[in-house]
Amino acid sequence: MMEALLDSIRGIGRRTVNRVSRMGVAARFFLLVFLHSGPSFRRFHLIVREIFTAGVLSLIIILVSGLFVGMVLGLQGYETLQTYGSEEALGVLVSLSLVRELGPVVAALLFASRAGSAITAEIGLMKATEQIAAMEMMAVDPIARVVAPRFWGAVISMPLLAALFSAMGVLGGYLVGVVLIGVDEGSFWSQMQAAVDFKEDILNGVIKSVVFGVAVTTIALFEGYDAPPTAEGVSRATTRTVVTSSLAILGLDFVLTAFMFRGV
Amino acid sequence: MQRATLDLWVGFFVVAGVAAILFLALKVGNLGGFDSSETYAVKASFDNIGGLKARAPVKSAGVVVGRVAEIGFDPKTYEATVTLAVSTHYPFPKDSSASIMTSGLLGEQYIALEAGGDEKMLVNGDMLKITQGAVVLENLIGQFLYNKSDSTADAAGAEQAAQ
Repeated sequence: MMEALLDSIRGIGRRTVNRVSRMGVAARFFLLVFLHSGPSFRRFHLIVREIFTAGVLSLIIILVSGLFVGMVLGLQGYETLQTYGSEEALGVLVSLSLVRELGPVVAALLFASRAGSAITAEIGLMKATEQIAAMEMMAVDPIARVVAPRFWGAVISMPLLAALFSAMGVLGGYLVGVVLIGVDEGSFWSQMQAAVDFKEDILNGVIKSVVFGVAVTTIALFEGYDAPPTAEGVSRATTRTVVTSSLAILGLDFVLTAFMFRGV
Repeated sequence: MQRATLDLWVGFFVVAGVAAILFLALKVGNLGGFDSSETYAVKASFDNIGGLKARAPVKSAGVVVGRVAEIGFDPKTYEATVTLAVSTHYPFPKDSSASIMTSGLLGEQYIALEAGGDEKMLVNGDMLKITQGAVVLENLIGQFLYNKSDSTADAAGAEQAAQ
């Protein structure tokens, strides 16, 4: 009885220490990626290929979901605003919620499950099939050759994807609000332009998406690089990437919002 | 995939992303509006600015001619100092007056600029002399109720006198 209790307490301690030391390894990994980024910028085609796999291949899902999110915002916003007789403010509602929050956050969530999981699985499998070890044998630095290009490719793609998501969302809101329901087109755009500030809203949204991109990519790369070299290990690492980066995105979003929009 | 097609797709992606940011900046945001380099600053002090906010429009005859650049508080006169950025395309006479208005009954507040008759024009850093602050709805209602109770008291008094 006593023994079991002690064991469970020891278990808590061990898990906590494990987590903290993993955080330490992840931070060191992040620094290492930064330090080894130079060579990958000199061979820019490596980064271009990663922009293709992370960014271009995510285009369809980002564009389609952006359009639908915007259309839903248009419908729901109209329902609520109509009761107050201010349906012209629909443009403001759609654009502000997209540019400030939904664009960066939903795009990053989609990016984590579309591109982040792929990165983890790819690197985990490279490790399981000993390709990484082979590179080290050939004196090729795997961080510079494999990890850093993926990092920069994804970090460059993320803000572009978030901007595309927001733009598609605004178009979706326009389609539903103006074309379908018949809100006045002039006041839809003019009220939107009066309310959305470039620095305050759009630039902060871009900053958010860059931060999310760095967080998602670091988590994905680290989980892949740290995965046990077995089929089960890779599958668990992929799951962990999606779960951890989704939580990181939402948590970071709260912190960034508190910093950016407090008292405005 | 061939490197040329890869480059083409990535180029397309980057162009689309930058176009989206530009779309957000120009069509959704207000970057295409007034350029701060093409405005002149005019100051005005008000006894009460109500709910006026920075970036609120400055209108003359209902047309937007500038924006509120800054709102401050003068600790000597206990008045609000508002800096207006008026587009250089629209010069105004020196004795123009500014008043704070509300668009609609509950809409946003803006500054209405009314041109005066002076031959000299306002230049950067000038101060507007004639201003009128915001009408605070609560004060208006309070005044109305006060007048109302006064008049009912008067009416009651008159009735009593008649009896």
